[in-house]
Amino acid sequence: MKKLVFSLKYAFFILLCLGIMGCASGPTGFLKPSEDCLKNRELQIRQYDTANEKDTIAAVAGVLQDLGFTLDDSETEIGFVAASKRADATSAGQVVGAAVLDTLGILFGGYSNVSATVDAVQEVKASVITKPSLEGNKMVVRVTFQRIVWNKNKQINRIETVKETEIYQKFYEDLSKAIFLEAQKI
Amino acid sequence: MIKFRRYASFFIFLFLITLFSGCVTPAARALESDASQVKLRSIQTRAFDTADKKKMMQTVISNMQDLDFVIDKADVSLGSVTGSKFLGYEVVKMTVTVRPRGEKQLLVRANAQYGIRSIEDPVTYQDFFTSLEKAIFLTAQQVD
Repeated sequence: MKKLVFSLKYAFFILLCLGIMGCASGPTGFLKPSEDCLKNRELQIRQYDTANEKDTIAAVAGVLQDLGFTLDDSETEIGFVAASKRADATSAGQVVGAAVLDTLGILFGGYSNVSATVDAVQEVKASVITKPSLEGNKMVVRVTFQRIVWNKNKQINRIETVKETEIYQKFYEDLSKAIFLEAQKI
Repeated sequence: MIKFRRYASFFIFLFLITLFSGCVTPAARALESDASQVKLRSIQTRAFDTADKKKMMQTVISNMQDLDFVIDKADVSLGSVTGSKFLGYEVVKMTVTVRPRGEKQLLVRANAQYGIRSIEDPVTYQDFFTSLEKAIFLTAQQVD
């Protein structure tokens, strides 16, 4: 009986080890369109009343520059531009919150450095595709933004796809103006 | 003494388990992949009945954008599109190449990486080609 208990324990332990040590399997299903795919399209796509591909892509590059982006890659033949930008990512609320936590930490005799983990710098990546609409008389523009946020310790705090409506709106407002300017050759 | 021997064998056994069940060692395995070359190709490749490379590339791009990818690079002469997407704290990177197959067909090949792991799961790629098919209104054919 004692022997049985021992071997059972043994087997259990081995199983546990295998469970912890085994290779984790990769994720699946991430190449399936998500449920909010249509909503994202609405957010990211605009159409413009022009059939000029070259002017549209030039306007896009211009707007990205206006917004402080530098161009990383482009392929005008299929209307593609990729750009990135580094920007400040500090938010007042977060900084104050961290400072309060740190002060409390010190008051209670501990050491706390939450302030070093607040968002500090972000890199925003933008990629834009322009293509003729199905009817061929309009240009369809689609932009997507991603961002990586680092804290003061230069560790990555967050990586995410930007879903804020305002950012897309701002981009397309500027693009409307730029396409107009481009059309007028200003 | 018996007790000691019992413990010793226990630890040797543990050590062996650790050795055998661990992931592949991080030595120079840059060119290694788990599946065979032929199998991997057939998982990652589909043929489409169209010769319009530019349109196919644009469809691939919009399909990748639908899947939350941000396009990093594109090259028309090579027919390649590379994009990345964030999944939790890891980055999924995917390259799709479009090249002609004969006069009337295009071969589309996708390969994705999740963090440091190559994706070799057929279902994942099938998902991608299914949505690409829908986007371009053509049927993707399995390539031998």
